[in-house]
Amino acid sequence: MRCGDAEFIDVDGLDALFRALSDRGYRVIGPTIVDTAIVYDDIGGTADLPRGWTDEQDGGRYRLVERDDDALFGFATGPHSWKRFLHPPVQRLWDAERDGDAVTVRPAAADPAPLAFIGVRSCDLQAMRIQDRVLIEGPYPDPHYADRRAAAFVVAVDCGTAGGTCFCVSMETGPEARHGFDLKLTEIIDGDAQRFIVSAGTEAGRAVLAALPTREAGDADLASAAAVVDRTAASMGRTMRTDDIHGLLLSNLEHARWDDTAARCLACGNCTMVCPTCFCTTVEDSSDLTGTRTSRSRRWDSCFTADFSHIHGGSVRQSTRSRYRQWATHKLATWHDQFGTSGCVGCGRCITWCPVGIDITEEVRAIRETAEQ
Amino acid sequence: MVPIVARVRRRRRDGPGVWTLDLRSDEGAVRPAAPGQFNMLTVFGVGEVPISVSGDPGDGDRLLHTVRAVGPVSAALADLRPGSAVGVRGPFGIGWPVGAMAGRDILLVAGGLGLAPLRPALYRLLADRDRFGTLTLIYGARSPDDILFRREFQSWRRKPGLDVQVTVDHATDAWDAHVGVVTTLIPRATFDPSRATALVCGPEVMMRFAVNGLRNAGVDEAAIFLSMERNMKCAVGLCGHCQFGTVMICRDGPVFSYDRIGAMLGRKEL
Repeated sequence: MRCGDAEFIDVDGLDALFRALSDRGYRVIGPTIVDTAIVYDDIGGTADLPRGWTDEQDGGRYRLVERDDDALFGFATGPHSWKRFLHPPVQRLWDAERDGDAVTVRPAAADPAPLAFIGVRSCDLQAMRIQDRVLIEGPYPDPHYADRRAAAFVVAVDCGTAGGTCFCVSMETGPEARHGFDLKLTEIIDGDAQRFIVSAGTEAGRAVLAALPTREAGDADLASAAAVVDRTAASMGRTMRTDDIHGLLLSNLEHARWDDTAARCLACGNCTMVCPTCFCTTVEDSSDLTGTRTSRSRRWDSCFTADFSHIHGGSVRQSTRSRYRQWATHKLATWHDQFGTSGCVGCGRCITWCPVGIDITEEVRAIRETAEQ
Repeated sequence: MVPIVARVRRRRRDGPGVWTLDLRSDEGAVRPAAPGQFNMLTVFGVGEVPISVSGDPGDGDRLLHTVRAVGPVSAALADLRPGSAVGVRGPFGIGWPVGAMAGRDILLVAGGLGLAPLRPALYRLLADRDRFGTLTLIYGARSPDDILFRREFQSWRRKPGLDVQVTVDHATDAWDAHVGVVTTLIPRATFDPSRATALVCGPEVMMRFAVNGLRNAGVDEAAIFLSMERNMKCAVGLCGHCQFGTVMICRDGPVFSYDRIGAMLGRKEL
């Protein structure tokens, strides 16, 4: 939080923010409780937020627990990430229609409404930057992702609660949201007083902020806001040493630990689905019965399936060992070679949502402690 | 991500289950490909596969792809009749470094269908023959019946300045030429290893042995180029399927110098 332009809103002000975004044509998406998990979905106002709930997370474990206050953002990350909206699980690419021997191909239409994201954590802001690198900044930008990303309005929230599997401090991706947002909120609860210090990161953010019923924040508010991220940073559930992680993993591709991990891994692909940076997709062509109308859709895919690496003659990666190794080394090492950045933001989702609780920080630690080189 | 619609103009059998399609685009020309590049070909309603361009880049009128029916999409492609519509995206990838090979002695080492992506390079080398040193085509097929572009081999054998060496794994009674893996033909080629460039394409195991033969003959690792193959869905670096350790085959290849990927090449299940 910077001094000088410090303002705050209360819960009514937050509802005014949602209305302002909705009035500007945005589809407003934020955290809400569905099936005993905090997920991202369409929300109408603060009544839809998980007021008074937090999450307990550990390897293979996620439970909602009531807080002793009315915090609206008092939880860590859930099974969803924002890639669900920017890089959706299914994306129609084109439709084709045959008329005799002639075939006409039409690209899929763009989304009707721009997206506004409420409550984006610093780890997920960094995950969006990583997906930008992969999906926009290469030689062939993905137009669907690029359009949604350019149109999106991002309301970040400074992370007030570290989850049991979080390690953003190790990955230097949080917990304070520093850039990549239009507006940022820091939630402060002091007894019955609930305030959101609010600041703008872009012109679009300033325009929206100007329409909100803000009040000037005092020194005590600013001190409380600063304490929020300090407290979160000090309570990370996990840590991971990242020094020379590229060399460490790539010089230990035959380490016995990969066999050990493979004995536990179910190759279910959950980690790749919940990961906010995993971007792999496959395509599916379909046709009506007559073959007149055909189409192609893109679907999330996972490097844990046998089909993923299939070429004539069989799959390149037949063993679970090779698939987990591909995923972990890609995330932490070869992502740097391919995209000039790490593929991990330390959000901990892959640990929490692994049905057998495989912990990437533990796997790396085990290899580091018994490295062959 | 959206294909241009082309049409099959001609279709020719070039080996058992192998067909070469001559495509023409409906909506303006498909962009010309450099030797070693590939296109993504769609059979509407069936699917899309990467297929290397096998024709002469200097012949702007014809867009050739040589397809072996190995999966549902390639089988549907190989079965298309003249007039059929084909979706084309491309060309993609980094091909053979033909432009940087002036003055070099050149070996083209192909196994099986791997000759198809090398043929455009051969056409370019022959078209500009004086700019290069010795030129040898070493080709290995499973059996005499499996030899690709059979009629063209007869004309290549008669070309001055091109040494053609062919071997098969399994001979027939009528076969009176070499039997054995392609590596055994490398010592028969005339080249100065200190100024030789080798372009290699074929099954991965064949390429590994070919590289060993070339290195033993003294060819520099940075002058050995391989065309790699992996599962590929998008061809534009977005789908993740073609990752090969530190590189993506579609974006950084498919042609790589051996010194760049050699350490990963023998690694199982990478």
